[in-house]
Amino acid sequence: MSGFLSLHGIRKEFNGVVAVDTFDLDVEPGEFVSFLGPSGCGKTTTLRMVAGFEQPTAGTIRLAGKDVTYAKANERNIGMVFQSYALFPNMTVAENIAFGLRVRKEEGSARSDRVSELLDLIHLPDKAKSYPNELSGGQQQRVALARALAIRPQLLLLDEPLSALDAKIRDDLRAEIRRIQRQLNITTIYVTHDQEEALALSDRVVVMSKGRMEQVGEPFEIYNNPATGFVASFVGQLNRLPVTVEDPALGRIRMGRNELRTTSMIEAPTGAGVSLMMRPEEITLDDAEENVLEGIVETVTFLGSIVRVQVGVEGSKVIADLFNERLLELPEAGDSTRISFPPHACWVMA
Amino acid sequence: MTISTAPIPVSTDAEAPEAPARRNRFWAWVIFIMTAVYFLIPLGATFWWSLRAEADKLGFEAYRRLFEDANFWPSFTESVVNAVAAIFLSLLIIVPTAYWVTLRLPRLRPVVEFITLLPFVIPAVVLVFGLIRLYGRPPLLLTATYDSSRVLLICAYAALSFPYMFRSVDNGLRAMDVRSLTEAAQSLGAGWPTILRRVIFPNLRVALLSGALLTFAIVIGELTIALFMAQQTFGPYMANLTRSKVYEPSAMAVVAFALTWAAMGTIALITRPGKRG
Repeated sequence: MSGFLSLHGIRKEFNGVVAVDTFDLDVEPGEFVSFLGPSGCGKTTTLRMVAGFEQPTAGTIRLAGKDVTYAKANERNIGMVFQSYALFPNMTVAENIAFGLRVRKEEGSARSDRVSELLDLIHLPDKAKSYPNELSGGQQQRVALARALAIRPQLLLLDEPLSALDAKIRDDLRAEIRRIQRQLNITTIYVTHDQEEALALSDRVVVMSKGRMEQVGEPFEIYNNPATGFVASFVGQLNRLPVTVEDPALGRIRMGRNELRTTSMIEAPTGAGVSLMMRPEEITLDDAEENVLEGIVETVTFLGSIVRVQVGVEGSKVIADLFNERLLELPEAGDSTRISFPPHACWVMA
Repeated sequence: MTISTAPIPVSTDAEAPEAPARRNRFWAWVIFIMTAVYFLIPLGATFWWSLRAEADKLGFEAYRRLFEDANFWPSFTESVVNAVAAIFLSLLIIVPTAYWVTLRLPRLRPVVEFITLLPFVIPAVVLVFGLIRLYGRPPLLLTATYDSSRVLLICAYAALSFPYMFRSVDNGLRAMDVRSLTEAAQSLGAGWPTILRRVIFPNLRVALLSGALLTFAIVIGELTIALFMAQQTFGPYMANLTRSKVYEPSAMAVVAFALTWAAMGTIALITRPGKRG
């Protein structure tokens, strides 16, 4: 079954260099999908192909059942928000928002009603006559969002819209984007390299690396059940310990003289050297009945809501994120400590 | 950790850091005054000479005679019209070219820059002979009548303006995010003509005016090409005046200087900080 937006077999080459390869994705109406990956992974190129600014070397793009693979960008009815805002400096906020409606020759009164409606939606009703250079970065990006929405697009594309903003404004605007997307129930593709943004905003996340899709899934699934080593290490912090498989059926593994256990499936044979993965927030500094390792505290970093403790364990480094509470007894660098993690919180990768 | 409450040590030799700045200011003034003198003495002398048209008294008689000359206003008006036409033609050629090079063919920028610089390299007399040879015979006969020669002259002036116009427009385009603005307009449904007319041209206003006014300043007094094409423009009029009158050429020089500075002043006024667009 194909979705509202369907990308099938998309491939893009620039002078023989493959930027995107074998990209298949179906997006349902009203869904919020993020493309997440490091710089150069092909996420923006894919978005630009959907927008019509680049043409795929192979594959098809269908929007609402219509093949738009080779349709011009100005004929697709897709709204786009850019990282650099791209507001027209010679126009006021109201003129910017009305631009697409003027191009569509929408009647004057309907146009101004729509502009007022969108100014209310972005909570900037008093900025209609301001010029872009009179607005803050966050306000400019809200206007860019309103301008993209003014034309009632079938699809909304956002290309790293928050990366040029301060942390606090970024958080506020992130919530604002999600609120507006839900309110309008508009199908949205969001490109970002910020995992927190992707996890917080999306119904589904597409993790990309080197032009390929690594994993597609809901944020919870992506974080807790990463399909590949890349996804595991790119999304969130990850500890990776070298271990040897002892009994794959019982989930028994060994790290030096320590016997450990995992409840997840081990696909390697007995005696195979593999990596044991676990998230820092799954590790505690308490004693437990199993999966206990001894080590020396190397650093303790206060990060506000969490405290990050780095422990050296048999030549490997393990990071433990402890929730900051007033009664937390923090170790000091050089202290001996014991760390533990539950068997269900770790998994093995080759 | 104890935080010291002692006052921050202050240099006792407060004069020392200012001394080099004062010396720099002194030499800056010396250079400024020398430059001003270098330019202002000849200009002052010309102005002084232009005021001596009447015996034993200073006055604006030369200017009165100049403005009442039957050929002054027609030649001046013709040059203004030629300049405006050349500016429009140049804009029509340069803006889409520079825009397309910036957007789609950045690798071609050095080639286009070289081509637009050719009017600096090719002397005007060579250019006009080339034009006459090419357009002075069928099938592209443009020198047969005064008006068709004038069209050719305007085209030549447009070519002369390329170095100034391309650089102005190119600087203007580099100062804005052309790609994002274009793509934003495209995603909103705009085609190329709308993008150029409503997004690119308005945001290039200052750059276009700079290029246009520089072109105006050059075209208004251009002599060589106009002379060879037998055009009765301001350049040949000024040259003729120099040969036949005593005081009026000086008045003319002062007027031409004022016109050029008016053009420059207009650029400065339009491009002053805080001005939109």
